[in-house]
Amino acid sequence: MGHTDKSNWELIKNGIFSENTIFRMAISLCPSIAVTNSLKNGFFMGVSVIFVQTMVNLTVSLIRGFVHPKIRIPIFMMIIAGYVSIIDMTMAAFARPVYKQIGLYIQLIVAFASIFARAEVFAVKNKLVPSVCDGLGMGIGFFLAMIVISFFRELLGKGALWGFPIVEGNPLLIMVLPAGGFFAVGLLMGFFNWMDAKIAERKSAGQAVEKQAA
Amino acid sequence: MATEAKTQQLVVSVSPHVRDEESIAKIMWTVNFALLPALIMSVYYFGPRAVYVTALCIVTAVLSERLFQKGLKRKVTTNDGSAFLTGLLLGMNLPPSVPFYIPVVGSAVSILIAKMLFGGLGYNIFNPALVGRAFLLITWPKLMTIWSEPTAQFVALDAKTTATPLGILKEEGIVKLLEIFGDKMSLYSHLLMGNRAGSIGETSALALLIGGALLLYKRYITWHIPFSFLGTVALLAWVFGGKGALFTGDPVIHLLSGGLMLGAFFMATDYVTCPTIRKGQIVFGIGCGAITMLIRLKGGFPEGVMFAILLMNCFAPLIDRNMKPALFGAVKAAKK
Repeated sequence: MGHTDKSNWELIKNGIFSENTIFRMAISLCPSIAVTNSLKNGFFMGVSVIFVQTMVNLTVSLIRGFVHPKIRIPIFMMIIAGYVSIIDMTMAAFARPVYKQIGLYIQLIVAFASIFARAEVFAVKNKLVPSVCDGLGMGIGFFLAMIVISFFRELLGKGALWGFPIVEGNPLLIMVLPAGGFFAVGLLMGFFNWMDAKIAERKSAGQAVEKQAA
Repeated sequence: MATEAKTQQLVVSVSPHVRDEESIAKIMWTVNFALLPALIMSVYYFGPRAVYVTALCIVTAVLSERLFQKGLKRKVTTNDGSAFLTGLLLGMNLPPSVPFYIPVVGSAVSILIAKMLFGGLGYNIFNPALVGRAFLLITWPKLMTIWSEPTAQFVALDAKTTATPLGILKEEGIVKLLEIFGDKMSLYSHLLMGNRAGSIGETSALALLIGGALLLYKRYITWHIPFSFLGTVALLAWVFGGKGALFTGDPVIHLLSGGLMLGAFFMATDYVTCPTIRKGQIVFGIGCGAITMLIRLKGGFPEGVMFAILLMNCFAPLIDRNMKPALFGAVKAAKK
């Protein structure tokens, strides 16, 4: 992928829909299963990833003229690790209860395939503004995926949302266990694929009608 | 003359040339029929509730398969009896006292997630009924382990709850078990007839053996899986089942209790999820038996048949691939 010719808005949309980290690329799935057992955890994880992804893309794009290709990987890693440390310490200081639950996974953002991949395939080859837009889009895409997954898992598994009880009765305990994470991710991925197929079908049908009319 | 000439013609067609009468539907309905004795025994011991739970399972299973196929405009295949069988097996794997939403949810999970989403009959990796039961056991661990005592009266009394023989064996040991059932012979006969706490269809070993014998006689299943499964369980129970010393365990209790008979004859032998090669089926059965005994003797659950079969289900394709027999007449490839 060379210089992008997409507009900034298209880059953001690209990260949210057509190249969504979890539902399209199917990468960074381990945090999406480990952390999404409650909406709160999913929310904070998503926010952290938006921050790290955007800042990493910004920095990598800025230094892309100076980094020798042979040593780019350790340099990228250090940049990512730096931003992860920032978010890690910030959360440890200001969001103690959440940090206790997902702190380990916040540190694991360093090893996220999605973050490194965007630095490697996009930010290092593109100018500042498109890189930031791409990072933002990817981050928001991940954030929204986390929100959707954790919404269903907490609602079905605990009958609660953001820690507040909503439904009485015997919830589906399996949904907050790891097995339920696989169920939720798999079913949602299937649902979004199905939606995509439907939209594409409608589009091509619409085009066919236009052609006939013409 | 013309018709006679026609019959004399040489017809060239592709194989198979000789077809049997068997069909999926015929086999499935026979398996359903073979489960009938066990169901009758459980109705005798657990009362009408056993019927309600099983019927709910069957109805939900058939309905959800039908709705799924109708909704996706696929061919509706619910008459072949396979969804019926999944529902029946799931129902027979539930405690008789479960609330009525449990069979409905479990059946829907079995059919929709474990079977239809994988592509329908013939494409599922795991036995659908067992996936449904595993889902229920993990989701509602308390409700799924309330066992009611057999009453042998066809009345819907609030049955007393008790532990299953395997549960007692695990928690309190064999002495307590003998205290409850009297002597060993009485314990064996209780287990054989099904006069004990347990899932709806698993209790009567005798009735299940009759059903299994029918399937073996009709050659719908072969001896390989059930016998290697049961043999491994008996051997491991004898060697490691005793307290303290080796070779002092009681294999008969382990053979007759839990869901072993139901699992070995009716669920491990599911065509779709077991290996097709005979030699591989023996490996499959041994694996099932070993995992079952590992869970029963060392694991956190008192019973392990369900997890054993599910775990071995994922090995079935691997077993098939690695134990492929040499083609007739072909020379075995030299080892490198």
